[in-house]
Amino acid sequence: MLDLDLWKEILSALKQNRMRSFMTAFGVFWGIFMLIIMSGAGRALENGVMEGVKAFATNSAFFWTERTSIPYEGFQRGRRWNYDNQDIEYIRQNVREVEYLSPRLFGWQQNGDNTVRGERTGAFNIYGDYPDYFKIDGWTPVKGRLMNEIDVLQKRKVCVIGERVVEVMFDKEEDPIGQYLKISGVYFQVVGVIHPETRINIGGGKKEETIIIPFTTMQTAYNYGNVIHFFSVTAKKGYSVSGLQEKLQRILKERHKISPDDVQAIGSFNIEAEFVKFSALFTGIQVLTWIVGIGTLLAGVIGVSNIMLVIIKERTQEIGIQRAIGATPAKIITHIVAESVFLTVMAGYVGLSLGVGILEILNKILEAAGDEVFFRNPEVNLTMALAALGVLVISGMFAGLIPAKRAISIKPIDALRDE
Amino acid sequence: MIKLNNIHKSYEMGSSKLHVLKGIDLEIEQGEFVSIMGSSGSGKSTLLNILGMLDNYDEGSYHLAGKLIANMSEKKAARLRNEMVGFVFQSFNLISFKNAMENVALPLYYQGVSRKKRNVMAMEYLDKLGLKPWAEHMPNEMSGGQKQRVAIARALISKPKIILADEPTGALDTTTSYEVMEILKEINEIGITVIIVTHEHDIAAMTQKIVRLKDGRIHEVIRNGELSEFRYKYSKELQPA
Ligand SMILES: Nc1ncnc2c1ncn2[C@@H]1O[C@H](COP(=O)(O)OP(=O)(O)OP(=O)(O)O)[C@@H](O)[C@H]1O
Ligand SMILES: [Mg+2]
Repeated sequence: MLDLDLWKEILSALKQNRMRSFMTAFGVFWGIFMLIIMSGAGRALENGVMEGVKAFATNSAFFWTERTSIPYEGFQRGRRWNYDNQDIEYIRQNVREVEYLSPRLFGWQQNGDNTVRGERTGAFNIYGDYPDYFKIDGWTPVKGRLMNEIDVLQKRKVCVIGERVVEVMFDKEEDPIGQYLKISGVYFQVVGVIHPETRINIGGGKKEETIIIPFTTMQTAYNYGNVIHFFSVTAKKGYSVSGLQEKLQRILKERHKISPDDVQAIGSFNIEAEFVKFSALFTGIQVLTWIVGIGTLLAGVIGVSNIMLVIIKERTQEIGIQRAIGATPAKIITHIVAESVFLTVMAGYVGLSLGVGILEILNKILEAAGDEVFFRNPEVNLTMALAALGVLVISGMFAGLIPAKRAISIKPIDALRDE
Repeated sequence: MIKLNNIHKSYEMGSSKLHVLKGIDLEIEQGEFVSIMGSSGSGKSTLLNILGMLDNYDEGSYHLAGKLIANMSEKKAARLRNEMVGFVFQSFNLISFKNAMENVALPLYYQGVSRKKRNVMAMEYLDKLGLKPWAEHMPNEMSGGQKQRVAIARALISKPKIILADEPTGALDTTTSYEVMEILKEINEIGITVIIVTHEHDIAAMTQKIVRLKDGRIHEVIRNGELSEFRYKYSKELQPA
């Protein structure tokens, strides 16, 4: 196969029939091109979504409260209730599967502008959180620091703020660190500007519009007593979140006199289950891509085989001459198969390159669009490209084999007589 | 060199069978210059194709250089053709997208000779046939005579023992025909057996032995010594009645 003469023969035969070679190649080109584009797009969607949740602890579960739906122990249905500090204390003491536990209080954006600084006002999402929260939903400080244990312990009046908050509440050149914001009537000192690492947003609104203050400060400064609106937990290694989620629901129902059969009263979900659903979806997309792609490719290869058959018929006399002057059947077969493989691989290579190129451009555009888009890194991995190339070589061989067999099944004399 | 013994050949035509060769006995020595004549459909090409191992026969035996030519694999046949036989056809049968030199070099390609070496040899043979200036030309840029000379060069390049030519002058005018015959004669003089099929008496008269076919059998064989008589007979045939 490394016979230079063979390649020169093939190239001259193909050059002689430019148009035909081009048409033959196009089917394969299109097949592989579509495969790459579709697979890349599928992958991009996956990357986009997975990137958005990557920094989110996958072993986490979340709890909030809803009205009860079943009357129980003298309570009517439709009762409003809240978690409290004792619940958290109890869970910390008694449930050893828990790794991190982070209670939260929600502020009120719906009441209009809740944040004031001199002339400037803004409506933001105020959260009272524990530092453990950052271990569940990742944030990075772009300026200053994150909130820490001491802030919580000493009930400091400090806050970390999202980038949008900086834009609204400060001048462009101003350094927000050390400045004060009046949040619902209480002054807080800014200690950090934070950037979200995930796009999962609990509580609605834009993540950049977040202000996080120490949980303890929020509870006392705004007279929440020992009420908790919401909490996040992660399971220790080796324990399933779903199991933990069920166990906590049971405990909380018992502590708050809620019917064990009430499925509505405790709002909760776990990321693990969502992840499994997503993974299945993306696997489905990739499988579908391959089925469609291979189908298209197969159509292209059948096209090559078909056109090679026509070429062989056209070249019957030429093949007859070659055989009359000493070409062995093996030589003729090698020739035709090599020609077919060459066509297929070249076409496939162009399709592959163009597909990858377009994905690359798409990637650049997406990167420029920032991380708001759930569509990212439409890459094609090397394994897949190599697999596609392998498929091309093999299918090119098969595409050539049938016409080659046909070519040598004709006796040289009949081939010569063919006009 | 060539020994045919009771060769039969028929073609299947659907249900009917066309018996073309009905027992051919023929011996041709090394270095002979033979022409095969006969009316159209008498089986001349069929016979030549069997000699060239392009076609097989049904009955009898064919020995080439002492070897029985029968039931050969296509691979073996191809090798033998390449080593032993050079073909020249009425319609030249050059490969249209190769230039003169590449066409001539092709048999050496199948022998595995390197491109450089075979192109040098091809140029040598083209030069011998006075075609050196045409080496880079494509077949469709050449006259019939030139094309036939390219075809002869191609037949010669593998240094065959036998040249088989089916109506080599059939598509050429008289002057060109004579030039081609002159070349074949020179080839014969260096010891290569030349066998041609022709319809033309003057062409046949230039060979040493004429085999006349009729109804699938050898009607007569005119040898060297009797050629003058043949010439005489043939000139009489041409005379207006
Ligand atoms: N492949 C074939 N299948 C069927 N019949 C054939 C085949 N080849 C030749 N024939 C028949 O065999 C007979 C002899 O053919 P052949 O070509 O040998 O004649 P020829 O003597 O060379 O004639 P011409 O002078 O016209 O070339 C003819 O009747 C022809 O029709
Ligand atoms: Mg004939």
